[in-house]
Amino acid sequence: MTQTNRLDGGQIDRNTSLSFRFDGRSYTAHPGDTLASALLANDVRLIGRSFKYHRPRGLLTAGSEEPNGMVELRTGARKEPNTRATTTEMFDGLEAYSQNRWPSLKFDALAVNDMFSNFLSAGFYYKTFMWPAAFWEKIYEPIIRRAAGLGSLSMEADPDEYDKGFRHCDLLIIGAGPSGLMAALTAGRAGADVILADEDFTLGGRLNSETIAVGDRSASDWAAQVVAELSSMPNVRLMPRTTVIGAFDHGIYGAVERTGDHLATLPAGKPRQILWRIYTQKTLLCAGATERPIAFENNDRPGVMMASALRTYANRYAVTASQRVAIFTNNDDGHRTATDLHAKGVKIAAVVDVREDAPSSYDYEVLKGAQVINTKGRHGLSFAEISLPDGSTRTLDCGALGVSGGWNPNVHLTCHQRGRPVWNEALAAFVPGGELPVGMSVAGAATGIMSTCGALQSGAEGAAKALNLTGALPDLPEAEDAPVIQTPFWYVQGCKRAWVDQQNDVTVKDVKLSYQEGFRSVEHLKRYTTLGMATDQGKTSNITGLAIMAEVAGKSIPEVGTTIFRPPYTPVPIATFAGRMKGQEFHPTRLTPSHYWAKDRGAVFVEVGNWLRAQWFPLPGETHWRQSVDREVRQTRASVGVCDCTTLGKIDVQGTDAAEFLNRIYANGFAKLAVGKTRYGLMLREDGMVMDDGTAARLAEDHFVVTTTTANAVSVYRHMEFVRQCLCPDMDVQLISTTEGWAQYAVAGPNARKLLQKIVDPEFDISNEAFPFMACGNVTVCGGLRARLFRISFSGELAYEIAVPSRYGDALMRRLMAEGEEFDVVPYGTEALGVMRVEKGHAAGNELNGTTTALNLGLGKMVSKKKDSIGSVLSEREALVEPDGLRLVGIKPLLAEDKITAGGHLMKADGPVDAAHDQGYVTSAVYSPILNSNIGLGLVKNGSERLGEKMRLVSPLTSLTVEVELVSAHFVDPEGERLRA
Amino acid sequence: MHDLVAITALGGAEPRVDTVGGVTCTEVPEVALASVAARMGQETSAAKALATLIDAPTPDVGRWAGTMITAFWVGPDQWMVEAPYDSHEGLADQVKATVGDTASVTEQTDAWTRFDLSGDSIPAVLELLCQLDLRRFDKGSAARCSIHHVGCFVICRTPEKVSLYGPRSSAGSLHHAIVTAMRSVQ
Amino acid sequence: MIINHPLLGPRDASEFTYLGDASLINRPDWQADNAAEAFYEYGYLRDNPAGEHQELWYHEAGDRSWLVVTRNTLTHEISKVELARDVARARGRSK
Repeated sequence: MTQTNRLDGGQIDRNTSLSFRFDGRSYTAHPGDTLASALLANDVRLIGRSFKYHRPRGLLTAGSEEPNGMVELRTGARKEPNTRATTTEMFDGLEAYSQNRWPSLKFDALAVNDMFSNFLSAGFYYKTFMWPAAFWEKIYEPIIRRAAGLGSLSMEADPDEYDKGFRHCDLLIIGAGPSGLMAALTAGRAGADVILADEDFTLGGRLNSETIAVGDRSASDWAAQVVAELSSMPNVRLMPRTTVIGAFDHGIYGAVERTGDHLATLPAGKPRQILWRIYTQKTLLCAGATERPIAFENNDRPGVMMASALRTYANRYAVTASQRVAIFTNNDDGHRTATDLHAKGVKIAAVVDVREDAPSSYDYEVLKGAQVINTKGRHGLSFAEISLPDGSTRTLDCGALGVSGGWNPNVHLTCHQRGRPVWNEALAAFVPGGELPVGMSVAGAATGIMSTCGALQSGAEGAAKALNLTGALPDLPEAEDAPVIQTPFWYVQGCKRAWVDQQNDVTVKDVKLSYQEGFRSVEHLKRYTTLGMATDQGKTSNITGLAIMAEVAGKSIPEVGTTIFRPPYTPVPIATFAGRMKGQEFHPTRLTPSHYWAKDRGAVFVEVGNWLRAQWFPLPGETHWRQSVDREVRQTRASVGVCDCTTLGKIDVQGTDAAEFLNRIYANGFAKLAVGKTRYGLMLREDGMVMDDGTAARLAEDHFVVTTTTANAVSVYRHMEFVRQCLCPDMDVQLISTTEGWAQYAVAGPNARKLLQKIVDPEFDISNEAFPFMACGNVTVCGGLRARLFRISFSGELAYEIAVPSRYGDALMRRLMAEGEEFDVVPYGTEALGVMRVEKGHAAGNELNGTTTALNLGLGKMVSKKKDSIGSVLSEREALVEPDGLRLVGIKPLLAEDKITAGGHLMKADGPVDAAHDQGYVTSAVYSPILNSNIGLGLVKNGSERLGEKMRLVSPLTSLTVEVELVSAHFVDPEGERLRA
Repeated sequence: MHDLVAITALGGAEPRVDTVGGVTCTEVPEVALASVAARMGQETSAAKALATLIDAPTPDVGRWAGTMITAFWVGPDQWMVEAPYDSHEGLADQVKATVGDTASVTEQTDAWTRFDLSGDSIPAVLELLCQLDLRRFDKGSAARCSIHHVGCFVICRTPEKVSLYGPRSSAGSLHHAIVTAMRSVQ
Repeated sequence: MIINHPLLGPRDASEFTYLGDASLINRPDWQADNAAEAFYEYGYLRDNPAGEHQELWYHEAGDRSWLVVTRNTLTHEISKVELARDVARARGRSK
């Protein structure tokens, strides 16, 4: 087929031919076309089936307000459902498919729904599927889901890339029609930083759709000339193909730029879309207006379109929807379409104008005081039935019917900060209200100024006012300034089914029914009928729905009220919101200094927050993780093991008040800690619960290095800054994180000292006498590299932590392994670390879970009462110090092979098993290769007084019951002889 | 002299260099860093001592300044000092010797990884990475910001050369973000 | 939202971490006779005004300053931004 509906003129490149496919058939088009204009050019009017009744539907509009003309675009993983053909820029090789039809678009089995429409009216779900409840999930919903809905998903991951970006300007102009272009020109020439964004790929708005003149040239030429001037200004950034989707607080706007949607294939590395966050001082909304329909019987038949859309197709795309067109209007604008189409040689069947005093024409017949009462045609319009003022009817032979019910200003973005539009009686439309988003003003048709001349002027003035410009405005070109009078005409009386919201299949009757059934507030109407809740957000239907509601209620439209619009202005792919944050890039990954070495060793890694830590290091032949972990524990306790503990937070605390500061943030005292010593510190929240724990090493009188748990490094630092700035503003204390700066390794086991003596330079004596348990200090290693050494132990063994600048971490680890060979040194991961700390009875994240106090953890005596520290007062609350409270204990099964389950609850040996008799719960559970038994830690009521008691560990969810005994949490070396050795 | 061999934050023996379109991203390990935070009541003396050290007026809020040793503002009465690594590996001690008791000094050399961007479309890359108002980000500007959820410093040496400092452990993620943005705008 | 940082100028709220009511600066005296009661009120009782609210924000992705932001909870209008350290001193806090 060869574009039988193509006209002369237009802004398409006829020298280039593009080929595309719709439902498998090949067609041709030109650059400058949209999919919609190309389909019309090829005389394809039937585009899809409707949401609920599977009625045949075609195109209604030529813009982003389109409710009907939606397709599945592209194929495979790139398939995108519910894409508006009206905004899809044509490219060579485009493939699109119609939606919601089976087996084919022309014969759709579910069109049978349409025959049962009496049963499927508003609220039918609620009425029909009320009982029995269980049927909903199993029967009703699957059936409805199959029948209703529009496009289908590819069910594959989106292969394209999406970016996010940030831009700043003095003035954001939304919409590049006459007012937007004039505003940009005014602001741009004044030197302001301007962003001009428009959803279209050609800037100009309706100037590209009209045959009017602006100044001494055609409207579209004038637009092109202004765009050319703006492009040459370094302070003006033009953003075509960019939809401003939302207005947020304080001049922040969201905008989606479709950088790749118009390309057949994206160049490598290029994003398909960019989600911009635009920061602006001032915003001028020049979003124009949307033509509103008139509802009448069978007004959804393909070929029934907006009159302005017919004009756009004819003037911009050189396409007519049919060779015989009728117009149905209540205003003069509808006549413009007839005039333009007639000039292009399209036969005008008649202009049906509801007004008795409608203007006449020499070129075509005008039926005054007439209405369209029905349409006919199988898959598209063939005839329109007209009622004439004398009561007679007449049938018009036409393939397209342009409908114009007047224009609604596009107030959407004015509502995004809860601003409510107000009713303008003269326009019979809502215009922007007084409460606009901060910094926003509105110009042109969006504010109800409907003439081109008025739009140009209000754009220039709007920009000047927003920017406080004092100089002369640019000269305004001459343009049409016809007065616009809109007398509302919403729907034709007496129709059985006249469509208001075509995307959600809502009729005039449904709106009335909603009122009759008591759903009378606008918000209820919307939810009961689903009016305006489809992907087009009711751009062509909301106001009509309100008007019908007002009529039934006997109220005025402003009395009925209006719903407000929310972001996004048009649908946005979820992938655009995700941007680059998907898969591996969902969050940043932090690597430890020994990461590359560990990878070489074949380590298995685990995510700990953003960190990747070695979990264990399997050796050849080890097939189960327990084999590796058991070996790492045994070897460490038998000789020496090394573990990367860089991930622990490290905070440098300096200043003359540093010790006093630590006294404040830790529950236990630090003032008397000697230089060269380390102390365990317990940090409480102000409510008395444990916040974190770690060590503080005193490197100098006024210098400490504090460690935090890996998980709380960020929040502890924030907390310390809070105390420093907000609670103790005059303390001389300075903080900075050094977590990343030092590669820190735990070297643990009876041979730890022997190994370190081969690493630490000989001038530093690290014997037990010179460097006892809890000592710390600066040393050098491997012939002079600065390092820090701490004699602290998490494993319960003789242990040290050694730190070197991170860039040498990899080399130090390799050196430790090489020098440790004679001791059979073993690297151990987080699992072995966990096993050893449970064996030693050290609390960790599972115990420091935000609900435990120092007393619960057996650390009650650490909370000093002799000083002011965060959390100390509230830690003494009655409920927190009950003798019957939870205490940390060890848990051992009577049969060593019985598994302990973290999260399992403890019950007395006999008696009921229920929540009322709960004695406590297990926090951590591991297998101890040293005890050859499963063991655990738990919190048990008065647990420290109940050691030796037999209990039942239950997990009713998994039907688990294990007999256990409460023991000391210190399974290994309870006297601490090993770590002092 | 010790015999340990350093690796770069990206795990290589040599710094990584990537050129895409008109922008080059270079990993820069040869920089020593130390933070300087004025002691309570010593703010003026600390700033003066710092000025001596960098042989330039102490950088004001959001600025970077200096000669061979340079410094940029990181917080109230707090700066980061930069110097060539080869000559200043022990930078923290050198800085401490200058500022004495007027300020706390902390070694920061290996806490950060640095990537230098050079070329003429740096703004196009940066606007995909961070929220900074690039219209006001001129020569001598220094700002902390978040790049793909990584806390970074961005320093404008000249309009054609910008340094990004990110936490060393996140070097891989930061580098990926930078190079991805360079590909986006090429 | 945009928070106009007293030192750095306008910065996106996403760079900040929110804590809550700026009354958290008014930490009671631990040695007072009614310390338990006072800490209970300090820790748990908050006004929840529909209107102007002083609240603590931390410039986590910036200069690490704690700020006291006066924000209208109905309109999000921010009428004042101060360094929390200055506010704390003005409220009589010292060491």
